[in-house]
Amino acid sequence: MADLLADYPRSAGTYHELLDSKGRVREHWQRLYQQLQRSTPAQIQQRQALVSRQIQENGVTYNVYADPEGADRPWELDLLPNLIPANEWQQIAAGVAQRATLLNQVLADIYGPQELIAEGLLPAELIFGHNNYLWACQGIKPPGGTFLHFYAVDLARAPDGRWWVTADRTQAPSGAGYALENRQIISKAWPDLYRDLHVQYLASFFRNLQDTLAREAPAQDETPLVVLLTPGRFNESYFEHVYLARQLGYPLVEGSDLTVREATVYLKTLAGLRRVHAVLRRLDDDFCDPLELRTDSELGVPGLLEAVRQGRVLVANALGSGVLESPGLPGFLPAISEKLLGEPLLLPSIASWWCGEPPVLEEALEKMPSLVLRSCFPSQKFTPVLPGELDATKRAELMARLKARPYVYVAHELAQLSQAPVWEEETANLQARPIGMRVFAVASADGYRIMPGGLTRVAADADAEVVSMQRGGTSKDTWVLGARVAGNEPWQGVRPVGTADLVRSDPFLPSRVVENLYWFGRYSARCEDSARLLRIMLGRYVDDDAPQALDAALCLGERLGLLPAEDDDLVSLEQRLFEALLGADWPASLQANLQRLIWTAGSVRGKLSQANWQALLELQREAQELQKPNGDVGESLDFLEGLLMSLAALSGFALDDMTRDDGWRFLIIGRAIERLQFMAESISGFLRHAAAQDQSALEWLLELGNSSITYRTRYLAFAQLIPVLDLLLLDEQNPHAVIFQLRNLLRSLDYLGERFDYSDDGALVTLERQLSSFKLSSLENVLFGASSIEAVLDGLAGLLDDIALAAGQASDNLGLRFFVHVDASKRTLST
Amino acid sequence: MTRSAQYEILHDTHYRYSAPVSLAQQLAHLWPRECAWQICHGQALQVSPPPCQRIERQDVFGNPLTRMVFERPHDSLSVLARLHIEVLPRPVVHQQASPPWEQARAVLGYSGQPFAGEALNALRYRFESPYVHLKQRFADYAADCFPPDRPLLIGVQALMEKIFSEFTFDAVATQVATPLIEVLEARRGVCQDFAHLMLACLRSIGLAARYVSGYLLTQPPPGQARLIGADASHAWVSVFCPKHGWVDFDPTNNVCPGLEHITLAWGRDFADVSPLHGVILGGGNHDPEVQVTVMPISAASESLAAL
Repeated sequence: MADLLADYPRSAGTYHELLDSKGRVREHWQRLYQQLQRSTPAQIQQRQALVSRQIQENGVTYNVYADPEGADRPWELDLLPNLIPANEWQQIAAGVAQRATLLNQVLADIYGPQELIAEGLLPAELIFGHNNYLWACQGIKPPGGTFLHFYAVDLARAPDGRWWVTADRTQAPSGAGYALENRQIISKAWPDLYRDLHVQYLASFFRNLQDTLAREAPAQDETPLVVLLTPGRFNESYFEHVYLARQLGYPLVEGSDLTVREATVYLKTLAGLRRVHAVLRRLDDDFCDPLELRTDSELGVPGLLEAVRQGRVLVANALGSGVLESPGLPGFLPAISEKLLGEPLLLPSIASWWCGEPPVLEEALEKMPSLVLRSCFPSQKFTPVLPGELDATKRAELMARLKARPYVYVAHELAQLSQAPVWEEETANLQARPIGMRVFAVASADGYRIMPGGLTRVAADADAEVVSMQRGGTSKDTWVLGARVAGNEPWQGVRPVGTADLVRSDPFLPSRVVENLYWFGRYSARCEDSARLLRIMLGRYVDDDAPQALDAALCLGERLGLLPAEDDDLVSLEQRLFEALLGADWPASLQANLQRLIWTAGSVRGKLSQANWQALLELQREAQELQKPNGDVGESLDFLEGLLMSLAALSGFALDDMTRDDGWRFLIIGRAIERLQFMAESISGFLRHAAAQDQSALEWLLELGNSSITYRTRYLAFAQLIPVLDLLLLDEQNPHAVIFQLRNLLRSLDYLGERFDYSDDGALVTLERQLSSFKLSSLENVLFGASSIEAVLDGLAGLLDDIALAAGQASDNLGLRFFVHVDASKRTLST
Repeated sequence: MTRSAQYEILHDTHYRYSAPVSLAQQLAHLWPRECAWQICHGQALQVSPPPCQRIERQDVFGNPLTRMVFERPHDSLSVLARLHIEVLPRPVVHQQASPPWEQARAVLGYSGQPFAGEALNALRYRFESPYVHLKQRFADYAADCFPPDRPLLIGVQALMEKIFSEFTFDAVATQVATPLIEVLEARRGVCQDFAHLMLACLRSIGLAARYVSGYLLTQPPPGQARLIGADASHAWVSVFCPKHGWVDFDPTNNVCPGLEHITLAWGRDFADVSPLHGVILGGGNHDPEVQVTVMPISAASESLAAL
């Protein structure tokens, strides 16, 4: 390939990861660089495609709040890893380990004797003024004295090649999951390079995390149950929570999945309460316990803090550890390090001026034009500003604010970022982008261990001064080169399991997840049914050659509540049909049900296979397409065709791809109840309509029951009432027949009866007997004429109505028995 | 010598839930903390239904805290507190002799020097807390009470008078969650709002001040008997003076608390010391009914206060 560095900037005042000061490719980049040189653009293109595909398949997304594009957005990953040689890494690792040790001791002090504050080494302003300093946690000593189990630090490299700390992440650091994800993708994109460069594996880091939590969890003789506590799917890094929970083998739970009884934390499962010994939390400090911390939080676990206080559960990181994320703090660490560790701080922090000290404030004011000013406390809602870029009025306002309560603010130098090469597809060339690196540490039995690698974050613009995922940047894998450490195999995510440990179903399935799986089943069937009925109505509307059949279909649509009635806004039939398809205000519209389906799918994401999730993403894309109305009936029919295919794929996954555990059972029950209700109501409605004997109406009834082809192969004839009813009502081999779904549902309810000692009211059993004994031959009795046939059809419709009603009742009974305690907690307050 | 005063206090809280509560955890700050000017002669807390678990301990601010857990379904809860308290006269504080307010502020600020004693303890009451957000508006409101070099306690007294004279007591204007800035705009509220507002003003200018919860003796209208449950829990503030220690001010009544104020607990604000708060599962509607009665006990009738 041509010179890859032709357009590569060689700006002097910046450290280049790739190039030395003379513009030569650095030694440790040679191997990768040569490979790039040898490759044709097509070959690189191929690797890039592999990366993109992998990302899409894994559904790696990073939710950015209030993103107009929607909550899910693909996460970008550069094809090229950043490379760090072993000797350089050792220094970074030693510095990060020391910093983690120090910060752990600072936490032990501020939640213990508070000597650092008394001695004047740490300003009370920065600790007590911080909303994540939790007074209720003062005096709590966590197991093993470990407050900080998991720590991350953001680093930036100055022009002289030194790494500087730009931020500490002590609460619930995100990014380690992404680092692992990146590794799994990039190592596949460059298998030979990955092997030849002896890239250090990430495995031991996650194993250490598991070991530490298992060791420090107060489990006595029990096998510790560790859960990963997430704020839920609207969190910006929810994907990572799902991913990490899977990799670590921890149940992913939300606050409402846990309950505290007698100061002990339990997970609510279908089979009852399971004791939880450790909580790896991704929930912010003050949200964790609405009883003692932020009382307006609905995300936490009431009573968690008392369980921690009594030593009944381990929470990692310790509640209240977020206070150390204050950007005002690093300036005090060198002296604290000397005091607590008796050694100088190895990793420097970027220079900062905490404004709470009058002489420092003076100095900061002098230097202000070249500094960034930010708040020390997240509660202040103050976006970092560059005072030098403000106009005179704005700056005066800022200075007044600063002088009013100076201790709230810290000024610091802009981090100088090094530049790393990224692959630019359009020009088939290398470009330089500023990078920052997030490095992770985990507590182990003998000090902190550092993940050999990390999350390299890349700024979107070549001259960016801030790197943040939320500002549309990308990421890179980080390769630490050098000899591999023995026993440090690639991460498999599993520990040795013997025959004694074999498990056949997930014993820790939260009831909430099961409830959502149930609704996932119901909504997927509901969408399918609605789509079919809409296709029938729209199709007959376009063809216009069987007015009676169209009338019967519309009548059914109205009866089932899918088709809105005519009113002032919906004058024409076409308008009503489109409202039923995509009406935002019509609660029963297909669009509304698709949204519900996608919503519940999102909340059971951890239970769905990657391929299943992929099918859902496709569905979501289709739903988004549908949101752009074009008013074209033909296109809408095409859309419904595609949608039915996607939904069929979804039900295929449910049948073939899911472990048949309790969650699956409820999904299947959800589908069966929905389908049973729909078919029973539809056929009943059909039978009550005057067109019941109409041939083209019977044709669409077959279509509604997805049985047209079966019918044609069996009868090679036009649709007639008796064979159609046989196929849709009584044929126990037809999965769309009422009897099939009814028996299917009864079998599942029996299973629940045995497994959970559950009993239904038995109404469905009686109705099944009645339906089974219904004789279609009674429709052939011409002796008493048409009126008798009508009476038989009426009776049949009544039976079907009863079945639909009993199916709804069965759903309510399930809810009462299994999901009542999924109810949310409420707070009470009196004066 | 001024005599002391004795009280019997009834503080009853009733919840009648419209749906059964299956699980409940309640934290109560209903027992008085120890303080130099009060003697507690008796205390009792009757709870129905009886909690499955009841733990008595001190919270981080030194107040007695009762934790109760109810793990059996119940559709009502009543918590009846009975106290017999003797309030002693407090030493007279010479406000004019307090140091300039700027000095009081400087003593608490960071300068790299060690802190000790009560000043160290006061540091925790200088910053934002759940109900007391600090804003320039509050500092501006307090500004004319704190001209340069004014003795701290004279300034606080002026602030108390300002709040008392500019605000109207209005039991329906606010709720617990009403933001202070709205209280400041509406100039209406209850004792809790005035205490929070005064805290916000004092802390916004860099002073340390805490929230005190307790009771106040009220006088029934002339010629009428004292009604049971006619009173309410009360709140005021205490400000830290480097020379005099903590000095109490009641902005609702424009007085410095003496024999008619009974101290229960103190913290950064109401959130730290609310009399009874909890989390329940189920319950439907659950507005509590609270009755407080503060009855003076004469020496002769002391035996009535058998608890």
